[in-house]
Amino acid sequence: MKTKRITLFVGHYGSGKTNIAVNYALALAKERPPVAVADLDIVNPYFRSKDSLADLEAAGVRLIASPYAGGNLDLPALPQEMYAVTDDKTLTAVLDVGGDDRGALALGRLTPAILEENDFECLAVVNRYRPLTGTPAETLEVLREIEGAGGVPITGIVNNSNLGRETTPADVLASVEYAEEVSRLSGLPVKMTTAERGVYASLTGKIPDLFPLDLQKKIG
Amino acid sequence: MEKKVLMKGNEAIAEAAIRAGCRHYFGYPITPQTEIAAYMAKRMPKIGGTFLQAESEIAAINMVYGVASAGLRVMTSSSSPGVSLKGEGLSYLAGADLPALVVNVQRGGPGLGGIQPSQSDYFQATRGAGHGDFRMIVLAPASVQEMAELTVKAFDLADKYRMTSMLLADGTMGQMMEPVALDDLKITPMPEKPWATTGTKMERKRNIINSLSLVPEELEQFNFARYEKYAKIEREEARAEEYRMEDAEICVAAFGIASRVSRNAVDAAREMGIKVGLIRPITLWPYPVEAFKRSLSTVKKYVSVELNMGQMIEDVRLATECRRPVTLCNRAGGMIPTPEQVLEAIKAAANGGEN
Repeated sequence: MKTKRITLFVGHYGSGKTNIAVNYALALAKERPPVAVADLDIVNPYFRSKDSLADLEAAGVRLIASPYAGGNLDLPALPQEMYAVTDDKTLTAVLDVGGDDRGALALGRLTPAILEENDFECLAVVNRYRPLTGTPAETLEVLREIEGAGGVPITGIVNNSNLGRETTPADVLASVEYAEEVSRLSGLPVKMTTAERGVYASLTGKIPDLFPLDLQKKIG
Repeated sequence: MEKKVLMKGNEAIAEAAIRAGCRHYFGYPITPQTEIAAYMAKRMPKIGGTFLQAESEIAAINMVYGVASAGLRVMTSSSSPGVSLKGEGLSYLAGADLPALVVNVQRGGPGLGGIQPSQSDYFQATRGAGHGDFRMIVLAPASVQEMAELTVKAFDLADKYRMTSMLLADGTMGQMMEPVALDDLKITPMPEKPWATTGTKMERKRNIINSLSLVPEELEQFNFARYEKYAKIEREEARAEEYRMEDAEICVAAFGIASRVSRNAVDAAREMGIKVGLIRPITLWPYPVEAFKRSLSTVKKYVSVELNMGQMIEDVRLATECRRPVTLCNRAGGMIPTPEQVLEAIKAAANGGEN
């Protein structure tokens, strides 16, 4: 896909945004440096892009995160450096936004500048195996709430349907129809379908725009 | 293909409670259990239920008292410091013989502590959740699937015995994501509750829910009756999983997340030729005493693995009547023992290390 300067990952709580944001930034590192990941999560204190700091640094990706992120302080703070995302136009920025409408609320300060520059892709991460987004209609409802809170229109779908470590190629294949239905209902294109590295090989050629994921481990 | 969904432990509790017929949830946010409240906030309005974020944990537990009095399935959830606040309410629930579900997704303490996982509320849950002579049924899940199953079980037991069930989980169990087969949950209908305050319609005597009892002779009788009930529960409801215990000479005792770590260590030790097994209590009260008594025929030493400074170890000693040495393998304050640490403790026990 032709890369915009800013890519935002939004979605339902626990849909896999952080993992995808980190993988996506690592993939962009060679293609379009300099790359930065901005952790804007004000909802979940546990699973954060900071957990992947070593991998990001090794790939030359800058992490913009609150000093409290990944610490034991349950403080919904935004990083002061986050304005680099909109101020520094040389940067390729990946935004890891918190879950649901509550998480998208944190975008508010950046939204006017993102819309004005208009060089962004806002991708909604969906997983049909999550209980509150099991049907296309339920998924769409969550996406509308996120748009309403964050103010950035969603421009595409990332189908991240998975059952964690138990995911089989059949599970991913069975999600394609769901993603297409979300796409049809919303009028948004499915930009990619993700597959964890273990099942990626057996799915290549069977699903368009397949994107391989390396599971980022929780550290600490 | 069996239908599975990917859930956080906290979400599994909430969804299982709804499926068990719970339509009333009262709580106050606290990490690491807030997803329970968030899930209820999303789901309850859609199914005609009540989600209410109370002004405090104390208010929430007293709202639970109210709904339980009316004979409906009701729950609250919190994490360690919040459960301490509920202590008075838990005692009142016991004094009024009311069924309810209370979830504690534990974090490190004491005090405000931290937000990382812990099992340091074991004493509180099994011995002293509040003042007075009373017990709670305490269930300890070790997977997201079990978070759902034991939530249903907790409601059943609470109704069966007219008392509080506590689901005692920890931050890891609450936050981790695993596939869950919700359709496999065995839902039994709620029993009749002729004691509930549902309105007399002028057709029966009024029901009174109360824990005030000013005549000591009567209050003593209430306590005697309650403890007869507790004795029956101790006989009939204790549950444990026994893993590789057939010929075990070393027994690891661990519940919840500690049991998952321990299971890996048991497998590793077995590969080294050490005869070791695991007893995983599923009910912490009643404690699975029989499983431990049976184990005495082969076991020479016990290792209690815990995320605290050594609390369940007392029950291991009581269950084995102090007839064997019991060592502690632990981390505290939000830290989790590694399989390597547990393996070392098993090896030390096998080599006749210090008791």
